[in-house]
Amino acid sequence: MTDNINSNSVNDNNGINPNNINNGIKTNNIKFIQGNEACVEGALYAGIDFFAGYPITPSTEIAELLSKRLPEKGGKFIQMEDEIASMCAIIGASLTGHKVMTATSGPGFSLKQEALGYACMAEIPCVIVDVQRGGPSTGNPTHVSQGDINQARWGTHGDHAIIALTASNHQDVFEVTVDAFNLAETYRTPVILLFDEVVGHMREKLVIPEKGDLPIVHRLRTSVRKGVDYHPYLPREDGRLPMSDFGAEHRYNVTGLFHDMWGFPSNNPQVVRELLHHLVDKIENNVHTITRYKEHYLEGAEYILISYGSSARSAIHMAKNRRERGEKVGVLELQSIWPFPEAMVREKCANAKAVIVVEMNMGQVMKEVKACVDNPSKVFLANRIDNKLITPTNIKTLLRMIQGRGV
Amino acid sequence: MAIKDYIRQRYFPQMWCPGCGHGIILNSLLRAVDELGLDKNGIVMTSGIGCSARISGYVDFHSLHTLHGRALAFATGVKLSKPELKLLVPMGDGDALAIGGNHFIHAARRNIDITAIVMNNRIYGMTGGQYSPLSGPGKKATTAPYTTIDNEFDVVNLSIAAGASFVARSTAYHVLECIDILKKAIQHKGFSVVEILSQCPTHYGRKNKEGDAAQMLEFQKNTTAKLGSKALENDPTLIPRGIFVDIDAPEYCEEYDKIVHRAMKASQNGKPEEPLVNPLIQQSCVTQ
Ligand SMILES: Cc1ncc(C[n+]2csc(CCOP(=O)(O)OP(=O)(O)O)c2C)c(N)n1
Ligand code: SF4
Ligand SMILES: [Mg+2]
Repeated sequence: MTDNINSNSVNDNNGINPNNINNGIKTNNIKFIQGNEACVEGALYAGIDFFAGYPITPSTEIAELLSKRLPEKGGKFIQMEDEIASMCAIIGASLTGHKVMTATSGPGFSLKQEALGYACMAEIPCVIVDVQRGGPSTGNPTHVSQGDINQARWGTHGDHAIIALTASNHQDVFEVTVDAFNLAETYRTPVILLFDEVVGHMREKLVIPEKGDLPIVHRLRTSVRKGVDYHPYLPREDGRLPMSDFGAEHRYNVTGLFHDMWGFPSNNPQVVRELLHHLVDKIENNVHTITRYKEHYLEGAEYILISYGSSARSAIHMAKNRRERGEKVGVLELQSIWPFPEAMVREKCANAKAVIVVEMNMGQVMKEVKACVDNPSKVFLANRIDNKLITPTNIKTLLRMIQGRGV
Repeated sequence: MAIKDYIRQRYFPQMWCPGCGHGIILNSLLRAVDELGLDKNGIVMTSGIGCSARISGYVDFHSLHTLHGRALAFATGVKLSKPELKLLVPMGDGDALAIGGNHFIHAARRNIDITAIVMNNRIYGMTGGQYSPLSGPGKKATTAPYTTIDNEFDVVNLSIAAGASFVARSTAYHVLECIDILKKAIQHKGFSVVEILSQCPTHYGRKNKEGDAAQMLEFQKNTTAKLGSKALENDPTLIPRGIFVDIDAPEYCEEYDKIVHRAMKASQNGKPEEPLVNPLIQQSCVTQ
């Protein structure tokens, strides 16, 4: 049985044939680095030109590396006075036409929520990396957790939609980072990269794709000419909103208040309702195109492990092990968490005897899975919440209990 | 150009109360921009939340109406990413110095080329008359029914201490002086702060028995004096107006351009490939 990777991402199987590594791929494209560095490489590949941040473990290396790499390509790096300011600064820089990112963890992610909501409301493309650590509060700066799943979804107030991606290995960290920039531009939205301490700090191989191997989405700018009215918030038929850079010909207003097609504040009930629908629908209606996942040993699996991030590494290890012993265990690895890929999860789990969600929190994704499968009573949680990476043995223990085989 | 050419009349009538000082300040600001002959496309106005912050909606510049207190942080991103733009950042007293106080002192410290205008009516106008960090002790506000005990900031001294390279004060009453100071502030390379005393007849005036708008303007005239004037010498309790600091100091975006230049040169000079283990990261592991 092979590790059957069946991802909905733009480029399958990392875009790289592993057999080709010394055959056509320049050796300086091969790195042995941390996940945080893989994220930086992905951001650079996607065309980042502005980063604002505030140091916090376990995300700091992203800021450190970009402070060196960005000016080398004429980009800008700034260390702001806090995470609130960093989030605001990248929004400002996005409006001048640049690709922007910030990175943080734990308490810093909490501080970003206010301006993250602003980016949702004003529809500003930007990427926010959250390398998850233990919480609440200062929690555990140097240890792993996946406790920010719901904060990524609902951390900022009010109804809204959000895109959040994740990855379990460095090649995927690179790819979902590129993807995050692409989705931010496509949907004019903040995109959250939910990594975790283990993936962020672990070292493994990364092969940087050649230019052109992965698609890059450039900003959609308006074709409305000078002197003709430009409506910054009037969606095209396909729902997209072409932008105009600050400093270019069109002068318009951007606000966090409900606003009309000119970007001017409005409390007209119809304007309010339509804008909120637009903000949510542009993402929720495209869940199928945003959904990214991988299948590992999933064909004919009776027991399905649903996992993501570093937890998925243990799940995959365990499934491989079970398969070798003839047990039908497989892994559905989520790479997009929000919008939650309900239809896909329901379909994949339809014939499973049991579904085990493997994560390092108290069941945040499990609740989503329960809500979307046909039979919620067959969904179980294998988790750890003690700073430690969940192990294959932890998962196996639960599996054996479910199978009625004792531990 | 006529002043109305700088205004988005589509959005009128404006939302300020009759007699509010903020409209007078908008007028002064637009006259300053006009007299300088600045290109509207080259100006970004960034503001936070408050009655004062609504100023950005009415001007025909690129305008970014943001979050309470955060205008300078947004402006920093706009400016650093496109330094050729002129940044005008009008703020309320609460906006600039309560919730936005940290962003304020750090923007000043960086000496980034932004013109910060503090429209100081000593009250939270928009939320209905609560005291602000500029109210000072002994004032009445909806959250100070027994009068305030909080001391106020001195915006001028605070800005100077934080590193602003241009610091001035005027009032809504002194329109011509205000236009002149704003012109200098906008032209100044570096972080400039202009505190403009404004009046909120609706809340501050009513609570503190300062009378109507005209009387409050009269009060601005009678309680302030020009720097270096005889009046100020004779009565040090008067609030000084004028330009307190106007110095040449390294500007943030220009300094960052030098970093870009150095970094580009270093990377082009065939520096060895990035080591497998980045030294920065090695170092952080050791110190953690
Ligand atoms: C985070 C946050 N806290 C509180 C508010 C409510 N609020 C709106 S404006 C304002 C104060 C406005 O006072 P000031 O900045 O002095 O401006 P003015 O209205 O007096 O011009 C407050 C507290 C808010 N919008 N956001
Ligand atoms: S409440 Fe005060 S500050 Fe606000 S518009 Fe009215 S007078 Fe001006
Ligand atoms: Mg005020």
